[in-house]
Amino acid sequence: MPDDVRTHGFDGTHPTTPGEEKISTTKVVEVDNHTINFGPQHPAAHGVLRLILEMDGEVVERADPHVGLLHRGTEKLIEYKTYLQALPYFDRLDYVSPMCMEHTWVLAQEKLLGITVPERGRWIRTMYAEITRVLNHLLNVTTYALDVGAITPSLWGFEEREKLLHFYEAVSGARYHANYFRVGGVARDLPGDLANEIAAWADTFPKFIDELEQLLTSNRIWKQRTVDIGIMTPEDALAWGFSGPCIRASGVPWDLRKSQPYDMYEHVEFDIPVARNGDCYDRYLVRMAEMRQSVYIIQQCLERMQPGQVKIEDRKFTAPRRKEMKRSMEALIHHFKLYTEGYHIPAGATYTATESPKGEFGVYLVADGSNRPYRCKIRPTGFSHLQAIEHMSKGHMLADAVAIIGSIDVVFGEIDR
Amino acid sequence: MPEVASALTGLAQQASALPGVVRGGLEGGEVVLHVGRADLLAVLTVLRDDPRFSCEQLMELCGVDWPERPERFDVVYMLLSVSLNHRVRVVVPTTAETPVPSVHRLWPVATWFEREAWDLFGITFADQTDLRRILTDYGFSGHPLRKDFPLTGYVEVRYDEDQKRVVNEPVTLTQDFRNFDFVSPWEGMVTLPGDEKAHTDRQKAAAANTAAMKDSK
Repeated sequence: MPDDVRTHGFDGTHPTTPGEEKISTTKVVEVDNHTINFGPQHPAAHGVLRLILEMDGEVVERADPHVGLLHRGTEKLIEYKTYLQALPYFDRLDYVSPMCMEHTWVLAQEKLLGITVPERGRWIRTMYAEITRVLNHLLNVTTYALDVGAITPSLWGFEEREKLLHFYEAVSGARYHANYFRVGGVARDLPGDLANEIAAWADTFPKFIDELEQLLTSNRIWKQRTVDIGIMTPEDALAWGFSGPCIRASGVPWDLRKSQPYDMYEHVEFDIPVARNGDCYDRYLVRMAEMRQSVYIIQQCLERMQPGQVKIEDRKFTAPRRKEMKRSMEALIHHFKLYTEGYHIPAGATYTATESPKGEFGVYLVADGSNRPYRCKIRPTGFSHLQAIEHMSKGHMLADAVAIIGSIDVVFGEIDR
Repeated sequence: MPEVASALTGLAQQASALPGVVRGGLEGGEVVLHVGRADLLAVLTVLRDDPRFSCEQLMELCGVDWPERPERFDVVYMLLSVSLNHRVRVVVPTTAETPVPSVHRLWPVATWFEREAWDLFGITFADQTDLRRILTDYGFSGHPLRKDFPLTGYVEVRYDEDQKRVVNEPVTLTQDFRNFDFVSPWEGMVTLPGDEKAHTDRQKAAAANTAAMKDSK
């Protein structure tokens, strides 16, 4: 019998009583290792993941994710766009947390340009980064629960997400692809009564988290499906390039918002939830605790935000007001130059990373002094998480692989770029 | 934050002194080391294991194409130390023909990054057994992030109703690709057409002027 063929069942012998003829009543069943295609259209694949699973019965022997089915050549396209035109591409990377993607891009440019952003602009960016974090975690936790068999969390979660998308729409005019952050601040100030609306939401949202936790945290089925599944030890998590909630679930207290703070994170108070076991359940717990911290940060941002400029008053980066353009020739030229040629970034390179809801999202930007990036490498968070799927799912059941995919929070917009 | 800056300078000095580092230092507040291919593994091993650096994580590995250089590619490694809270960037030059030593034995996460660099730039990695394409389509040819690869690509994909399958065809554009040159003539062009002589005269005068100023000092 070849090695790779496993026998399930009996070896063909049958206990016989003395004097009786040996009659074989059982038969040899040979179960070959078989390969199954999980996705690319599977609802639990969170997008277009084609996962080739080599199964030994119902146990995963080998998992080989095939990514790139959503590859759009973003990095190449950005090389042919001005810096300003490149911004909307970032919304379309991780389309569950668009503004956090924009955040990294504008921070990388500001670093090369040496721009200081007005305080209100930084408060707004910090606040929206946290709104985005809640937006992302709500989708992840609830669809993860959906993958594992719980429908109610996603129904509730989507209702709550709708309120956050309203905040997106109010500032940017778009529910998802906001295109709101700019080099030197944000596109425009919070309109009308939005700050009060956000504050009112922030007051009620912790109660929603409580309700969501009642559904899941101590739910017996949920725990059976997630506890001790897909364990990453701290050493593994470091070696496999984990970051964000996934590395904190493995017991590494690492958060770029604390350790390498950007914008207003050094001025706000918050805790970093860290778990211990590194399994699917802990990754869920960390995200739930993070949402509470995000609400706390949003409240602080609203309290400490003072009226003022939201964007630098430099005509090379900020278009003049329409009223001004009607009178001033110079303003008109500035407007025209900004939206055709854009601005130039002096030659240099930077690797700038932020704590996106999924983990470390980085941009390696090489500028050559022109108005277009020479090279813009996007460091997607889920890329390294997804690679570790074989390491995590080996020896688990097929259904556990689904739980693992849900727990590492993959979005193919950013992985495939 | 002066203490952070001095810590970074110290780190840059220590890292630049490592054997195998061609040159290193702070570039825009980030520690950058330029290393030759032969010394790459030794330098990265020290950066990972030495308690002065302890870069436990490889966050990113990517290629950059500089077609006009003799060694046209840079492979860039972004290392992160979560215990000491710093980043180190290691840059290795290479060509399309010469492989770079693979680092997947130091950090298993490197396998996909190296597959990506192979896929998009055609950079090869020695000792990497899994150099399959990763982001581009099955059966794709070429390395799209090279500067000489056109933005529009060579093939386009559509579903063929007669053959009942997806087919690849040479790309056809109804309009030629337009690459706008927005560089201002007042900034980009030093000499106006027909004005070359006046320009060289001005250059000479300016040079003489600066020389005279230096002498007077």
